[in-house]
Amino acid sequence: MSLLSMRDIHAGYGGANILNGVSIEVEAHEIGVIVGPNGAGKSTTLKALFGLLTVSQGSVTFDGKDVTNARPENLVRAGLSFVPQEFNVFPTMSVRENLEMGAYTRRDDFRHLIEKIFEYFPPLREKHRQPAGELSGGQRQMVAIGRALMMEPKLLLLDEPTAGLSPRYMGEIFERVIAINEAGVGILMVEQNARQALAIAHKGFVLAGGKNSFTDTGRALLDNPEVAESFLGGGAKH
Amino acid sequence: MENIGLLSALPINELVFFINKVVIAGLIIGSIYALGAVGMTLAWGILRFANFAHGDLMTLGAFIAFMLTMAMPGLGAYVGLPTAFVVLPIAMAVTAFVTIFIDRTFYVPVRKTNPKPITLVIASFGVMLMLQGLIRLFFGTAPRQMYVGPKEIYRIPLAGRDIVITEPQVLLIVFTAVAIVALHLFLTRSRTGKAMRAMSDNADLARISGIGTAHVVRVTWIIAGSLAAAGGTLLAMDVSLKPDLSFNLLLPIVAAIIVGGIGQPYGAIVGGLIVGFTETLAVFNWAILLRPLKPHMPDWLELPASLTFVPTEYKIVVPFVILVAVLIWRPNGIFRGRVL
Repeated sequence: MSLLSMRDIHAGYGGANILNGVSIEVEAHEIGVIVGPNGAGKSTTLKALFGLLTVSQGSVTFDGKDVTNARPENLVRAGLSFVPQEFNVFPTMSVRENLEMGAYTRRDDFRHLIEKIFEYFPPLREKHRQPAGELSGGQRQMVAIGRALMMEPKLLLLDEPTAGLSPRYMGEIFERVIAINEAGVGILMVEQNARQALAIAHKGFVLAGGKNSFTDTGRALLDNPEVAESFLGGGAKH
Repeated sequence: MENIGLLSALPINELVFFINKVVIAGLIIGSIYALGAVGMTLAWGILRFANFAHGDLMTLGAFIAFMLTMAMPGLGAYVGLPTAFVVLPIAMAVTAFVTIFIDRTFYVPVRKTNPKPITLVIASFGVMLMLQGLIRLFFGTAPRQMYVGPKEIYRIPLAGRDIVITEPQVLLIVFTAVAIVALHLFLTRSRTGKAMRAMSDNADLARISGIGTAHVVRVTWIIAGSLAAAGGTLLAMDVSLKPDLSFNLLLPIVAAIIVGGIGQPYGAIVGGLIVGFTETLAVFNWAILLRPLKPHMPDWLELPASLTFVPTEYKIVVPFVILVAVLIWRPNGIFRGRVL
């Protein structure tokens, strides 16, 4: 049984549906990547999964339980963490406080986890007292991912973690994502940098018009001339 | 010898007058504004609307303290403090409870419809008018005294003149200082306090982090309601208790919040003191300070008997001017609050 399985999801913001049948399956410890053109419903898929908008049709199961339209706080407890694309830190709170808020539902001592986050993202250690709103874009992204990791999730949802970052930080974030995955955390992320993201993906999902148009391993999607032609810009490169 | 020379050169009369009329008076009214503004700005930042009924929560709290005082007037004598101050914790708790009741009954149904902030502001206007009506219905419109006995007046002599401060004023300043320190520790050290700041910063991310927003909202109302009751009661102890107490407070409190930055509790404290001191400086009679300079002035310059920036009866324009000035030059306030 997959860690996460979304079957034939239909969802929207009250009006017309944006998702018209999206299916996503991610196994434990895998990296799944959702790519596709603007307006394909990539971010909407993550929001529907995380209970931020209403799923009108289809089902979501996570870790063996039905979590269709579950509330975010319950999903967090079940082991699902979400890093939104924007506004993903508490700007007036210090880096450390941001991380503490990620562990809000924990009642145990989580200081060792903060240490672990500092090991993943060394720049945060020296800035731990600084308000997150004063950090650079890349460091803010580190805080955002760190906050989500504080619950020790089984699956981490990342919405365009490299959007707007300089190439240097982009590479660093991808590297960290691989490291986090190697530590046993499943990843499902939406990415604009489709090529780079599919290269590290175990599974890739190409969405268009609120539906799956291709689903395969990351490698296979990169090698698929049709996908390359229509979604990755230009022919497949080897 | 030098010291005496310096002292006699100092215009002690005028200095003491300034301390009495500006430093103490500004600190008193500034503390009241700060107590009101802190609670309102917290609720504003977390619930994204200006609760205009906040001023009447202050009046309500004062009337609850008044009722308790009348019920057991001798209580204060046991501990050597004014009865109204001794019953204050109970009045704060009752007001906090009423505040949560108001939220459940009037604001929660509106919030469920996912309204624009202005809808909630209008709802709070309704609650404000309702509270004002209820208070008048039960207590009438006449001013009342919160004090059972006479007020204790402290005189601190300074070179032959007295700095005058009354017992309720001392209590008010001490209470405000303690409340600010307690609130600071709560917001920076406790789990719930940090969750309040998180929700004020970014409510969606707070939900995503698993923070139970209903709990945070409840605690916010408890703090807002109890500080409002304290501010109202302490002000009524200093002057007198009138049903329209809060109406004169609401505007300076909103000005204090905007000055400090919406949603910023420290900003509200600083803003409250700024508005309080500006008010007292604006109505202060500067002619008295200028009098010692009279011998050095040219003969044709007459010193008027009263020289104020604003006549006392127009004091209420001061917060208006501050409000407009801040909105023009620094719309998100000195502590960079939210722009709404």
